[in-house]
Amino acid sequence: MDYNISHLKELESESIFILREVASQFENPVILFSGGKDSILMTYLAVKAFYPSRVPFPLLHVDTGHNFPETIEFRDDLVKKYGLELKVGSVQKAIDAGVLQEEKGFNASRNSLQTHVLLESLEEGKYDAALGGGRRDEEKARAKERFFSHRDEFGQWDPKNQRPELWNLFNGRKQFGEHFRIFPISNWTELDVWQYLAEEEVPLPSLYFAHERSVITRDGILLADSEYLNKRTEEEPFEEVVRCRTIGDMTCTGVWRSDARTVDDIIKEIATTRMTERGGRADDKRSESSMEDRKKQGYF
Amino acid sequence: MKHDYINSELLRFTTAGSVDDGKSTLIGRLLYDSKSIFQDRYEEMELASKRRGESEVNLAYLTDGLKSEREQGITIDVAYRYFSTPKRKFIIADTPGHIQYTRNMITGASTANVALILVDARNGVVEQTRRHAIIASLLQIPHVVVCINKMDLVDYDEEVYDRIREEFEAFATKLDVHDVQFIPISALKGDNVVHRSKNMPWYGGSTLIYYLETVHIGSDHNLIDCRFPVQMVIRPHNDEFHDYRGYAGRVAGGVLKKGDEVVVLPSGFSSKILKIDTFDGEQEEAFPPMSVTVLLDDDIDVSRGDMIVRPHNQPQVTQDLDVMMCWFDQDKPLQLRGKYTIRQTTQEARCIVRDIRYKMDINTLHRNIEDRKIEMNDIARVVLRTTKPFFVDEYRQNRITGSIILIDEATNNTVGAGMII
Ligand SMILES: Nc1nc2c(ncn2[C@@H]2O[C@H](COP(=O)(O)OP(=O)(O)O)[C@@H](O)[C@H]2O)c(=O)[nH]1
Repeated sequence: MDYNISHLKELESESIFILREVASQFENPVILFSGGKDSILMTYLAVKAFYPSRVPFPLLHVDTGHNFPETIEFRDDLVKKYGLELKVGSVQKAIDAGVLQEEKGFNASRNSLQTHVLLESLEEGKYDAALGGGRRDEEKARAKERFFSHRDEFGQWDPKNQRPELWNLFNGRKQFGEHFRIFPISNWTELDVWQYLAEEEVPLPSLYFAHERSVITRDGILLADSEYLNKRTEEEPFEEVVRCRTIGDMTCTGVWRSDARTVDDIIKEIATTRMTERGGRADDKRSESSMEDRKKQGYF
Repeated sequence: MKHDYINSELLRFTTAGSVDDGKSTLIGRLLYDSKSIFQDRYEEMELASKRRGESEVNLAYLTDGLKSEREQGITIDVAYRYFSTPKRKFIIADTPGHIQYTRNMITGASTANVALILVDARNGVVEQTRRHAIIASLLQIPHVVVCINKMDLVDYDEEVYDRIREEFEAFATKLDVHDVQFIPISALKGDNVVHRSKNMPWYGGSTLIYYLETVHIGSDHNLIDCRFPVQMVIRPHNDEFHDYRGYAGRVAGGVLKKGDEVVVLPSGFSSKILKIDTFDGEQEEAFPPMSVTVLLDDDIDVSRGDMIVRPHNQPQVTQDLDVMMCWFDQDKPLQLRGKYTIRQTTQEARCIVRDIRYKMDINTLHRNIEDRKIEMNDIARVVLRTTKPFFVDEYRQNRITGSIILIDEATNNTVGAGMII
């Protein structure tokens, strides 16, 4: 008898182990919920990890105010289905209160404002561990990320101050005021995520599947048209059958021409398209190291 | 089971080589030839190559890391890379091979099924090759594959391959490595990496990718000695699961079955496995590396750090640990009589360093009993005394229950990694 489990089951088991370590080593963890498939997967794995107990941490969603309506609807359904607790940090509120200023110009996005609200919300909630859906295959700067990523009192990440992770031993000790970002799905690739979601039949937001939508073209990327998007006069919206590969703020999440209507279609599509999913994010295109820079500031 | 890919397994391997042996090129080649590189990333690479005035696309850029390191032109940490074929998914722990990065190599090696050691065909077995083999042996990586690279620069000569192979084998007899394979390759040209080489008809073995896809990893875990370290207790406190009391954890050894007689350490109480539970329903058995929840027949007091084992196969219960320790702290050497926090499986306690027996030369295995100052990247045999009993196995028997880390109590940094002897 051979005692083997599949790569997806092994990844699942590893993530569940990490989630349980977090529950054991930290006082007040929180799941950063973006509405994308990675944070949906993480939430689903948390439900598995603590079954039949409820997930012992709340979800924190930083609402830019420019979310796809589908994201909010999906989030609320998910919270209800698994009896989760939801906290919302609002960028709109911070703007209204004069704490933050809206970016101007055509590429205005609320991404950088998100960082501020995120850090504020973490401080307010006194969270000592924030679980993120980041994966190491996403981007070069993440290839060396730890499962337990140490942040100083300012929420900053110092590549030189990261702890080695050996075997199954994770060290979440910290000084007062410091916290950790935890990445339970570090070892999953985009394909692993989709394969797993397909195998487990996890429900997903409709945005991931091909649908008709009004879009514009900018810098070779299709952007969803919305009232939040500042358009140049020549950027005439047109109808297209598209889907999202990542879900973020409406103003900077690219959409793709696609007719993938099921998760299996998506898996086939990924196997044949030769573009990374972040390739469609306008915010990553700004500079070669933009992800790394934002990470140092505490975005991830 | 609805999809084919559900049969695919996970294999972790670590790579080490001296600077310029071609490690980055080889990883780039594996990713590129297995079609795991996306177009936009390929274009980035193309651009980076052009910027530096290189004529061909340099596959090595694919594995470039953080900005600061890019600027310095060196790799200083463990970077994880991913690729897959229809048979397996691979995780590469990519580590720099220089002696000052011993701790990174050890980190990468700790979870690897396979150690990939790169040798430059022109240079043969050098000090760094020996060091990488020693690390593979020390960390008990079950399989070692020696890739003799740059065969194109030695006219694909069989004699060169044979000589290096003999040299390595002679040295390896001193080590605790059992499964060693040799593959002549050219990472640059692609020979025997993913595609079989036409330039080396004398070589009858497999390509690197075929080796990685087929090497038997089913017995890499200890499947004999049952070890279930309790990670947390699951008590739902709701009407539906009113009396539910489950012990969640990841199986560290052996095969647990429903109905098995068990003993819980440290209390020594015995009971039976009532149920092995998961979100996906009850399981008949559980084995490494599964994460499950175990329910017992009797209502006994069990908490995090306890271990569920079989009555006639128990780990050592001890406060005295004899370990091979690699030191990680760049600021402070290991302190004799120093106190640290120690972690093993899900247990934590304090410990004192009672003795530093010798420092081991990582290039020669020589035991130095004169110089016992243990600084970053040094490896030493040390004796620890813990404040409470730990449930341990020899690292050679079980890499999970046989490993520990030390944490500095002032900085909270992980400063040492040890293997129990
Ligand atoms: N001729 C030849 N050159 C190679 C081969 N593999 C790598 N190189 C070259 O050796 C140099 C160092 O390779 P690189 O992958 O950067 O080495 P690393 O320092 O081990 O990552 C580069 O100029 C490569 O193009 C090979 O198989 N044949």
